[in-house]
Amino acid sequence: MSAIYIARSREIAARNLGGEMMIMSPRNSTLCNLNGVGTLIWEAADGQTPLEEIVAGRVCAEFDVEPAQALKDAESFAWELAELGILLLSDQPIASVPPHSYG
Amino acid sequence: MQNLPQKVSPFNFHANRGFSERNRLATLETLRHTVPTSTINVAHELAIDIGGMPILVRTDSREFAGLLKDRYGTFVIPNAKDAIFALDVELVPPGLVSEVEDVCVRVDSRHWVMERGDFRAELDPERCQGWVRQTANPYSIDSVLRILHSLILAREGGFLVHAASAVRNGRAFLFAGVSGAGKTTLSRLAPPDVALLTDEISYVRRQESGYEAFGTPFAGELARIGENLRAPVTALYFLAQGPENRIEPVGNADAARALLQNILFFAKDAELVRLVFQSAFDFANRVPAYRLVFTPDARVWELLV
Repeated sequence: MSAIYIARSREIAARNLGGEMMIMSPRNSTLCNLNGVGTLIWEAADGQTPLEEIVAGRVCAEFDVEPAQALKDAESFAWELAELGILLLSDQPIASVPPHSYG
Repeated sequence: MQNLPQKVSPFNFHANRGFSERNRLATLETLRHTVPTSTINVAHELAIDIGGMPILVRTDSREFAGLLKDRYGTFVIPNAKDAIFALDVELVPPGLVSEVEDVCVRVDSRHWVMERGDFRAELDPERCQGWVRQTANPYSIDSVLRILHSLILAREGGFLVHAASAVRNGRAFLFAGVSGAGKTTLSRLAPPDVALLTDEISYVRRQESGYEAFGTPFAGELARIGENLRAPVTALYFLAQGPENRIEPVGNADAARALLQNILFFAKDAELVRLVFQSAFDFANRVPAYRLVFTPDARVWELLV
């Protein structure tokens, strides 16, 4: 299976509230509240690091979770955010990702 | 995810509509229409001043001008020279004006297009003018004005919000909630020393010292336009009906989240959405928010002083 690269969309408004991201998509005004795990993935979505590496290096390092299941859930999560226009997905590295300094 | 502790449970995330669900947002396609110069005879004009932002409305129909004058009452001002935007209204025979059923707003830097079955409007934000095509009813122009004000406010740090608002002792209170939350009920219960700004759509502007609420003619079930006055906002209440009257503090993050769900915003434009998003957080940081649980009798106003 080829690698999945994820990147934060530029077309969103976002704010970090106590370690949890609140993100709004202009596409449909959907307001998403990410929990700690989702926020961790969101912040690591630099377009350059494969999702598998993010899960192995960040999620599994910080949370007590089985790696294969974590990757499966992370992929599902990434696809859901992509459908909302909040995250970009590609099988190639993605350039020009905005920083995650969302106050 | 079986081994995950409950407190970090997984990649679940909560998603819900941010801005009011009553706003159907449009797909932004490339808009390159030219705002046409009005070809109608705009013999009658009046300025409708909501939130200190007068909009000049011009029409060739004396009857329609009269209708608007009655509809907007104290919000019609005699002097139109300070108008910040001009709308030429072209009246058409009864029937569908647009095939778009729900409100659809598309914006880019040069054009704002808004339409629904009963109206279509194309505005030029740079020239601050545009036209509206509609049948001779006040509801269409009312929708156009709400959308126009929401777009103008977004750029200056304010917003329209589903909330009743009232002034007491020189201070304004907002009472936010969806339909059925109690906005009109609370408004009906207001004692004589309370001036109602609206029972449905509150108008909030950012000022140097904080936020101000303005009266609006946008009425809900009360069917009465608000008082045309303004006051600094000192509290935001999220309404809930219950067996007793009580007030509970709401944290900034929860307040911002709940406020976003009540703000009226129609356009699908990343920059404008960001501005409104930012405004909601700024407002929540500056204005204390509470949950107001109330039972429908006048004693609830004893808590609101």
